[in-house]
Amino acid sequence: MEAQTPPASASLGAKSNDTKWRSFCKKAFQQRYLYLMSIPFVIWVFVFHYVPVWGWIMAFQNYRPGLPFFEQEWVGLKHFLDLFTDRYFYTVMRNTLAMSLMGLAVGFTLPIFFAIMLNELRGSLFKRTVQTVAYLPHFVSWVVVAGIVIKLLSIDRGAVNEWLLWLGIIDQPIPFMAKEKWFWWIVTAADAWKETGWNSIIFLAAIAGIDPELYEAARVDGAGRWRQIWHITLPGIRSVIFVLMILSIGNLISIGFEKQFLLSNPLVREYAEVLELYALNYGIGLARFSYGTAIGIFNSVISVTLLFIANGLFKRYANESVM
Amino acid sequence: MAGSKTWFSRSWPDRCFDLFNFMFMIFVLVITLYPFLHVLAISLNDSTDTVRGGIHIWPRQFTLANYEVIFQYDTLLTGFRNSVLRTIVGTALGLISASMLAFTLSRRDFQARKFISVFLALTLYFSGGLIPVYMLIRDLGLMNSFWVYVFPGMVNAFFVFVIRSYIDGLPYSLQESAKLDGANDFVIYWRIIMPLSKPVLATIALFIAVGQWNAWFDTYLYNGSARHLTTLQFELMKVLESTTTSGSSQDFRGQNMTEVMARVSPESVKMAITIVVTVPILLVYPFLQRYFVKGMTLGAVKS
Repeated sequence: MEAQTPPASASLGAKSNDTKWRSFCKKAFQQRYLYLMSIPFVIWVFVFHYVPVWGWIMAFQNYRPGLPFFEQEWVGLKHFLDLFTDRYFYTVMRNTLAMSLMGLAVGFTLPIFFAIMLNELRGSLFKRTVQTVAYLPHFVSWVVVAGIVIKLLSIDRGAVNEWLLWLGIIDQPIPFMAKEKWFWWIVTAADAWKETGWNSIIFLAAIAGIDPELYEAARVDGAGRWRQIWHITLPGIRSVIFVLMILSIGNLISIGFEKQFLLSNPLVREYAEVLELYALNYGIGLARFSYGTAIGIFNSVISVTLLFIANGLFKRYANESVM
Repeated sequence: MAGSKTWFSRSWPDRCFDLFNFMFMIFVLVITLYPFLHVLAISLNDSTDTVRGGIHIWPRQFTLANYEVIFQYDTLLTGFRNSVLRTIVGTALGLISASMLAFTLSRRDFQARKFISVFLALTLYFSGGLIPVYMLIRDLGLMNSFWVYVFPGMVNAFFVFVIRSYIDGLPYSLQESAKLDGANDFVIYWRIIMPLSKPVLATIALFIAVGQWNAWFDTYLYNGSARHLTTLQFELMKVLESTTTSGSSQDFRGQNMTEVMARVSPESVKMAITIVVTVPILLVYPFLQRYFVKGMTLGAVKS
């Protein structure tokens, strides 16, 4: 198709330009199937990934549905000022950062520990069984996991309360899901239960790449298993840990909302509402589209900034980076 | 365990370590499996008996009544149909788009290769955010339609790059000799590259399919009021939401279900639906496990 449209500038361009263009078009024609197989999807990506970014303009307007774009009222940074002066915003940020940091702490230590222990396991059938079981919860939806968690923690004969009563640790069932202060812990624990096994895969792969001779040498020197883990395995996966850490610090405030949405109830709202839920409730629930978009922009800007800061710090102090 | 021959020749600290490790893994197995078995046991137990408590991983009074009840619930069957449909259509479209793009990007001679690579890679680092995407989908008229389940998430840059790095590992000479035989690029893609990429395609298919099956938020956001477009996960979410500690349920949530629940206890119904939603995943998972570990590490190393 490209080959049939002669270039408009051909007449003024130098001759070499002209032949370049011709050979470009000829090649484009030869590669027409490649174009046919990629351009539709490129257009698709443009529509669903790039066009929404254009919607950011809305954050600087007082968007009202129905009005054409140029007739919208421009309000500058009003929505951002509203956001930063809303007291509830700080509650939301506290919840977001708290759950994010707790998730970060647990989301690194547990999978690393689990991967190391799996690697030390001797029986291969047993090892495979453990792996198969441990990866499983990752594939189950948050709807199901939230349902199970709420059921297990239920005050009305939930399994956890029954066990605790049976063991004599408590004498009254605890209403876990109704306690504000427990909510962060419940989210973190549910996340750990669902993702620890899955997140260990990457560390397990990194451990598999460590030179076995290092362990051999350590054994000859009389190092026990714990010492080998401390001096060989952990340093061996250091760079993977750092790279993943940089990426997760970039995602510090965009932690999603699925868990919080599904596990929370109005009783714990003060501790459950995170940034994206806040954007959802205001932006779509109350149809304040501009305000919701402003929250989204705030989220993106902070994420990118954090990513660069984390990248810079790790580059400086640990010689690791992703960019 | 497997190392029994050398068990006695090893030192005490070593044996203690192995014992500790073994116990730890048993603990992991129990912690992971107990909740599933608990839910299964309740779903298979007589609902009036369940109220007495004390069910752990084995039903006390076995019955299928809970399942019989939920399968009479029309909306659930609609949800099941839509979930199956979106999983099939979404996986097919996702696989075709990702593999086609991956193939064109793996061709070093392709003119637009660099541009498309960067264009795609950028989408990994930014997104328009919830509300602009919502408004886009509204403006495109995708609300209250089945296509909102498959279109917005169809091309996933990460999957494209995973498949491309696999295709890059295939010998390029295969493509060249096919070319000499007069095959065009589409034929090369379809007849040579696709069959050879089965392992990575299986991995990606699993990821897309699981994502489709587990999705509920798009139903909630875009099709919440369209009964005929409901999905299984969304139905489960409504049912679970309907009686959590308080009456948070919005007007349209869980209306139909209350009548159903009057016949058996809501807890048993919830658990039965949970099992129905989970079982398909459990069925396909073991067959694809050997693929996804490879795919996962491949993708991670690349990115």
